[in-house]
Amino acid sequence: MKVVQGLYYSKEHEWVRVEGEYAYIGITDYAQHSLGDIVFVELPEVDDELTVDDSFSVVESVKAASDVYTPVSGVIVEANIILEVEPQLLNQNPYENWIVKLELDDLNELDKLMNSEEYQKFCEKQ
Amino acid sequence: MNHKYIPHTESNIKEMLEKIGISHVSDLFKEIPEEVKLKRNYNLTRSLSELEVTKIIRELGSVNYGTDDLICFLGAGSYDHYIPSTVNHITSRNEFYTAYTPYQPEVAQGTLQYIFEYQTMITDLTGYDVSNASMYDGATSCAEAMMMTVSQTKKNKVLVASLVHPHTIAVLQTYAHFRNVEIVIINEKNGLLDLADLETKLDQDVASLIVSNPNFYGNIDDYSQAVTLIHNNKSLLVMVVNPLSLPLIKTPGEIGADIACGDGQPLGMSLSFGGPYLGFLTTNKMLMRKMPGRICGQTKDVDGKRAFVLTLQAREQHIRREKANSNICSNQSLNALAATVYMSTLGKQGMKEVAIQNVKKANYALNKICTLPHFSKVYEAPIFNEFVVKSNVSYDVVKEALLKANMMCGLHLGDYNELLKDHILFCVTEKRTKAEIDQLVAVLGGLK
Amino acid sequence: MRNYDKLIFELSIPNRVGYSLPPLEVDDCDIFDLIPDHLQRKTESYLPEVSENEVIRHFVNLSNKNYGVDTGFYPLGSCTMKYNPKVNEDMASLAKFTSVHPLQDESLSQGALGLMYQLSESLAEITGMAKVSLSPFAGAHGELTGLMIMKSYHELRGDLKRTKVICPDSAHGTNPASAAVAGFDIVEIKSNPDGTVNLEALKSALNDEIAGIMLTNPNTLGIFEKDIKEITRLVHDAGGLLYYDGANLNAIMGIARPGDMGFDIIHLNLHKTFSTPHGGGGPGSGPVGVCDRLVEFLPVPEVIKENDCYKLNYDKPYSIGRLGNFYGNFSIFVRAYTYILTMGYDGLKFVSEMAVLNANYLQKMLKDDYLLPIENICKHEFVLSGLKDKSTGVSTLDVAKALLDYGFHSPTIYFPLIVDQAMMIEPTETESIEMLNSFVEALKEIAKIAKTDPEYLKHAPHHTIVRRLDEVTAARTPILRWTKE
Repeated sequence: MKVVQGLYYSKEHEWVRVEGEYAYIGITDYAQHSLGDIVFVELPEVDDELTVDDSFSVVESVKAASDVYTPVSGVIVEANIILEVEPQLLNQNPYENWIVKLELDDLNELDKLMNSEEYQKFCEKQ
Repeated sequence: MNHKYIPHTESNIKEMLEKIGISHVSDLFKEIPEEVKLKRNYNLTRSLSELEVTKIIRELGSVNYGTDDLICFLGAGSYDHYIPSTVNHITSRNEFYTAYTPYQPEVAQGTLQYIFEYQTMITDLTGYDVSNASMYDGATSCAEAMMMTVSQTKKNKVLVASLVHPHTIAVLQTYAHFRNVEIVIINEKNGLLDLADLETKLDQDVASLIVSNPNFYGNIDDYSQAVTLIHNNKSLLVMVVNPLSLPLIKTPGEIGADIACGDGQPLGMSLSFGGPYLGFLTTNKMLMRKMPGRICGQTKDVDGKRAFVLTLQAREQHIRREKANSNICSNQSLNALAATVYMSTLGKQGMKEVAIQNVKKANYALNKICTLPHFSKVYEAPIFNEFVVKSNVSYDVVKEALLKANMMCGLHLGDYNELLKDHILFCVTEKRTKAEIDQLVAVLGGLK
Repeated sequence: MRNYDKLIFELSIPNRVGYSLPPLEVDDCDIFDLIPDHLQRKTESYLPEVSENEVIRHFVNLSNKNYGVDTGFYPLGSCTMKYNPKVNEDMASLAKFTSVHPLQDESLSQGALGLMYQLSESLAEITGMAKVSLSPFAGAHGELTGLMIMKSYHELRGDLKRTKVICPDSAHGTNPASAAVAGFDIVEIKSNPDGTVNLEALKSALNDEIAGIMLTNPNTLGIFEKDIKEITRLVHDAGGLLYYDGANLNAIMGIARPGDMGFDIIHLNLHKTFSTPHGGGGPGSGPVGVCDRLVEFLPVPEVIKENDCYKLNYDKPYSIGRLGNFYGNFSIFVRAYTYILTMGYDGLKFVSEMAVLNANYLQKMLKDDYLLPIENICKHEFVLSGLKDKSTGVSTLDVAKALLDYGFHSPTIYFPLIVDQAMMIEPTETESIEMLNSFVEALKEIAKIAKTDPEYLKHAPHHTIVRRLDEVTAARTPILRWTKE
């Protein structure tokens, strides 16, 4: 299982990559692996406002569906629409293929998330 | 005890109990607390032989009057159509009716393929890309369509044309009440949708408008203006349609409605005192993932053979639990089979010919009846196979006179709308002969 | 036999027909005079054009690709795939039932109404409820009906805080989905390892926001809730109602009744317990029964008896309302009533006794090779947790697929969710010891192959008309209808 350094991780197996005031959010390798072949990604609308723990997307495999929760608050500025056509990208390269880009409300929220080492340990216990 | 459906002999039971390691059948139930155990026999008959049972059931049936006894001019949601012999022969195949939901597609290709064919035929009729594998009945499919529009638009007011079948409106009200959806009725004008009333009631909270074509009074409406109004308001249009009319009249897809639904009973299902029928639901790709119910898709097996499978299941209750689009977890599969065989047998030509015969025979009857002194035409709109006439003779007198002549009268609209006392909704399908229609006209003409 | 692989559309030849209609007879006229051009269909239809013989052969060939109860053993847990008696079919297809219009005068439908009345009385007696409505079209529809009744009951009392329903984590997904459709929020509580209600979890979940709880008894692991009286007392004391999912009624007929256990609302599945066919997924029927204090909430119309006449009563001001265009799946009622008469009080009890005997026998015979997580007398079904030997890498899915090669239908798999690699087996009472033995033999052989040639099982089935399907592509790029090339 792959964990990438420099990202923030949540207990629900989302990752956050911060670039300035923006955050990209996706699902981790652990998450894609436990879902299996992903067949559909339901994307949110741009301009939706999210607060921590809101569900903003649903990732579906053949026999499962999983809500994706945001680990940080903010306004959606972009959804990765290529996932509508190629949902398998989340299987192939989960850390390169973000689901949404947010404009962050509060950088302090990042403090509550795990770094890559902490997340690695968290997954080993699962 | 010995029973023909239960193969266990005394010695079988003994052998099985020994294997399990207990001595009496009652030991199988010993953890059930005494206080909830039933200490008596059910107050039911003893087990009866086939001869005894069939006698009882036949006797119950014998006091019914059916379309073999009375010539049926009653419709209003359940229609007396010709059903080709092929339908019952195929739906009586044990391999079809004793199977369950195709959970193991390797041994259920029969069911899956006819569902795929059903989906193709229903989308062809209604003019869409996507159909589910069928639902309970027309009214519940309309309720599901309503909930789809609420979920899609995230708005919770639904406009319903007053000339949707009143039973369907009642079902919509049941579902709406429990989901906090507000239903607003749009009035009719001259037996069609009142566009002015629609404009007044249309606002930004409206998820959708639900209309019917033909409507409850049998009239065919032109919804082209309604669809523009609705779409300009960023709301959705749901059309309840009679599938048998669609080889001939403008389809919901052509009109630009977002969802079509309705009852499949006219497609080869007997009246059967109201059920089982089937509800159909079709839509375009945009709403595909909001669609409730089972959906069958085409795929390949590991050897590359074409095969069919239930798909898009992540929408459904067994995976999404309380977040599912709907709680439905079955379809009216055998009825979908009946519809598929019906449409295959009638085919492209037959379906259109049936539709045309309905229109022509109903118009013939309407025109004849309206020449009679006590009866008059009420609406000017084109009709499919039902129409309203106003009677100067009380409904009960008309009904009794027809019954005496072995005919079943149309529906009394006064039961649904007090302004329409002694208005009768007649239905004339392709099954009615000219002689039968003439006989109806003769009896009505003889009334004083 | 060669695999028949045609779609009906691929048989179509322009201008071929499979039907005949009488001549129009009435004065012909131009259809455009009756329906103006702008209201007519313009899109070409691709409905098939085939002869009657071709229709029949096509669908008979499709039927040959299907497996039903009449083909062989169908131990699908929680679905009660018992034999569907043929006399039921004959009675349901009597013209005196099939040709009755639902809106004709009640005086012309006394037989149909009488049958409904008597069936509903019989079901009330079997379940110990005050009254039963036949309107719901299926089990899930029955659940929805029951929950609407639950909500209306609290609403009428002005107890508007009660917006939550408790579902155990062992419950079928339909339970929480139905509760959501009825407008409830769901509180999930953990079950004991044997799937029974954890009393402590229940106690801490109960409060004045709880409208009720949904249970099956016996539960989804085939275990009877011994503490059912304590559970009903706790829920009632907290002001909630108890809902009984009748999926498992086949275990306890003539032995214990949900009404006597203290349940307030129940639904039944006529297609499970009462032998009506599953029809490839439906039509079923899901009658709902209630205790005395909830009768006023049952859906309209209800069939009542007045002076030896049967009537449809709509005058029920507190009813949850109408559930369908007419009165439910009537022809299913004819089958179920035929069955109840055929079985009688003695036969129905024998049904449950033998259903439970069969399940326990199978459980005993299989537990050496398959992991049995709950060692207990089960009721009508039991759940295995895959192969006992976990080293082979052969999953429950592989076992299920391999069974198809032996001519058996698979059990229910991966349900309930609380058992890993679950295989839920329900033999029903209509299977003989010889059939059970051959099923055991097949499963034992599969267990043996798992040790010697696991790869073979991972690619099973090998001998079915089609083999494992590509479900991923089916879901990623859905093809949901045939299109003309």
